[in-house]
Amino acid sequence: MSEILLLVEAKDGALDKKSLELMQGALGLGRQLGVATCAVVAGSDTARLAESAASFGLDKVYRLEHPLLAGFQPDAWVKGLEWLCGQVNPGIFLLSHSFVGKEVGPRLACRLNTALTTDCLGLSVDPGDGLLVRTKPIYGGNAIASLKCEGVPQMATVRKNAFEPVGEAQSASAIVEMVPDIGEDAIRVKSIKMVEQEVVELDKANVVISGGRGIEAKEDFDMLEALAAAMSKSHGNVMIGCSRPVVDKCWMSSDRQVGLTGTIIAPDTYIAVGISGAIQHLVGMIRSKKIVAINTDPGCNMFKVADYGVVGDYRDIIPALVKKLEEQR
Amino acid sequence: MKEPQIIVCAKQIPDPEAPFSNVTVNVEKKQVAVDAPDVISPYDENALEAAIRIKEELGGKITILSMGRKVSDTVLRKTIAAGADALVLLEDPLFEGLDSGSTAHVLSCAIKKIGDWDLVLTGRQAGDWDSGQVGLIMGEMLDVPCVSLARSIKIDDGKLLVEKSVPVGYEMVEASLPALVTVSNEVGELRYVARSKMLGLLRRPMSIPKWNSKDLGCDIDRLKKLQLTELVPPADMGRQCTLIEGAAQDQACRLAEVLSELR
Ligand SMILES: Cc1cc2nc3c(=O)[nH]c(=O)nc-3n(C[C@H](O)[C@H](O)[C@H](O)COP(=O)(O)OP(=O)(O)OC[C@H]3O[C@@H](n4cnc5c(N)ncnc54)[C@H](O)[C@@H]3O)c2cc1C
Ligand SMILES: Nc1ncnc2c1ncn2[C@@H]1O[C@H](COP(=O)(O)O)[C@@H](O)[C@H]1O
Repeated sequence: MSEILLLVEAKDGALDKKSLELMQGALGLGRQLGVATCAVVAGSDTARLAESAASFGLDKVYRLEHPLLAGFQPDAWVKGLEWLCGQVNPGIFLLSHSFVGKEVGPRLACRLNTALTTDCLGLSVDPGDGLLVRTKPIYGGNAIASLKCEGVPQMATVRKNAFEPVGEAQSASAIVEMVPDIGEDAIRVKSIKMVEQEVVELDKANVVISGGRGIEAKEDFDMLEALAAAMSKSHGNVMIGCSRPVVDKCWMSSDRQVGLTGTIIAPDTYIAVGISGAIQHLVGMIRSKKIVAINTDPGCNMFKVADYGVVGDYRDIIPALVKKLEEQR
Repeated sequence: MKEPQIIVCAKQIPDPEAPFSNVTVNVEKKQVAVDAPDVISPYDENALEAAIRIKEELGGKITILSMGRKVSDTVLRKTIAAGADALVLLEDPLFEGLDSGSTAHVLSCAIKKIGDWDLVLTGRQAGDWDSGQVGLIMGEMLDVPCVSLARSIKIDDGKLLVEKSVPVGYEMVEASLPALVTVSNEVGELRYVARSKMLGLLRRPMSIPKWNSKDLGCDIDRLKKLQLTELVPPADMGRQCTLIEGAAQDQACRLAEVLSELR
């Protein structure tokens, strides 16, 4: 079989951790199959990123360089990667299940006349037919499916944390610069402006206090803020998160949403206030070290996955708790 | 500009918000059974809401397109009650258990058969498999500009303007029509439909075209089923929960101690 290819992504100018995880997964498959494992970085100024990607034991790093690949224009990226696949004919092509991977993956798969499986947690190769076995959660995570697809390259996007990040290797990989054939005409969707909003990175928190539909009024999030302030004196970085209904009501921006379509986090402590524990929410926080739930309904699902449960109304519990924590100091 | 003709692709799925005690995984048959009523996949409702807002501003027509084995027009009539104008159902045993590319092929054939359209809207992902592929693939197949993850959609002077959710905030993008857009929940929930209106509609006769693979003239050799090799329940997520009961004051005291220990 021909080589394994993976798409490397940058975050704040450096290698994204998700890409290091993807490398680990790809290198594992490469060893099993005895084929080369290569990465591609795309952009208009990829030298530094390619160099960082080259220190993890891959066989090759392709620098896909083109002015139109600056930033992330999906039309240009799909075209550029389609061109690269035409040049190197990868047997397997892996992407992160990231903003970029979710958009580029399906479109690229269609152009290459193959099938993609998104949001995979595990990958292996069936020794019988050589096809990639893709394992992914379905029904929000209520079932785990493994499936195979025909087509070359075999394509999958991989969920964050599915693999451990790869460690640095002894020798550097070869870097190959390639200039794809992309014309202005490839770009049909024009970017007018980027509106940057302040983004919280919940995965950096030691403690996340999340409110759900059980929170009656927007102002009641002040109680959670007060708890966060009280805890931040002793618990490190404490942030406020939420479940999706809170985002739907526009009380919180979507970067605070925990879950399947929000952020997947694993803080030391997760405090769920007025959140019932729907599977799509649990997927996002179940790996927290300790889970505390405050809910009026003793039968709610959140209590089944929590370490500590407080049956009660947050409007009674939280102010009293804040007072107590402040007295303790 | 002429009034926009909008097609909204809506998938019928078992309620994805059903409690997980209602979900059974049959390992032998490799099937998931959900003991819950069918609903329109949530993001497809968001897509319909976006379509209705465009229609409120510019007029035009909204057609709902749904593929499945036994699509229930009862479920789908909710879309008519909310503001859609027509339903087209795609039913054929061949359409069962298709992969994303094949689903996109069937839907694209139907869109071409409908013919007169300016905008196709899909959900960002279907609430059963969460693949998030069909819309983007259809954009390729229909060979039109394609924008994903819309949080607002406008047609202005014959041009498509979309606010697209991106990790740092949102991006304003522009494209010509016809085009395809995948819709995210930030667009807002589907407007409330009064039950009485729903019931009234259910009684009213309505001709709903049902097209099969022959009607669509789709390439049958292109239809591939999902090849499941295994289906298992998830690992048990349950933990031993220590319940803190009593009066609120006592609960707060105990919880404060617990939190101090968790430092
Ligand atoms: C495809 C798809 C993707 C999704 N992605 C996500 C996601 O990423 N993240 C997410 O969160 N959801 C997601 N959802 C939605 C998810 O299915 C649930 O609808 C959602 O998580 C429910 O949020 P909730 O627990 O806050 O609300 P509810 O389920 O309504 O629960 C509210 C809880 O508050 C409790 N309560 C009420 N009053 C009080 C009070 N005074 N004090 C204390 N407790 C109180 C109630 O007992 C109840 O348990 C997704 C759904 C789909 C279909
Ligand atoms: N069987 C179907 N009938 C109608 N629309 C569908 C169907 N399957 C997928 N779609 C559309 O494609 C979107 C993405 O689906 P998926 O790629 O399966 O996650 C959905 O939100 C729907 O808008």
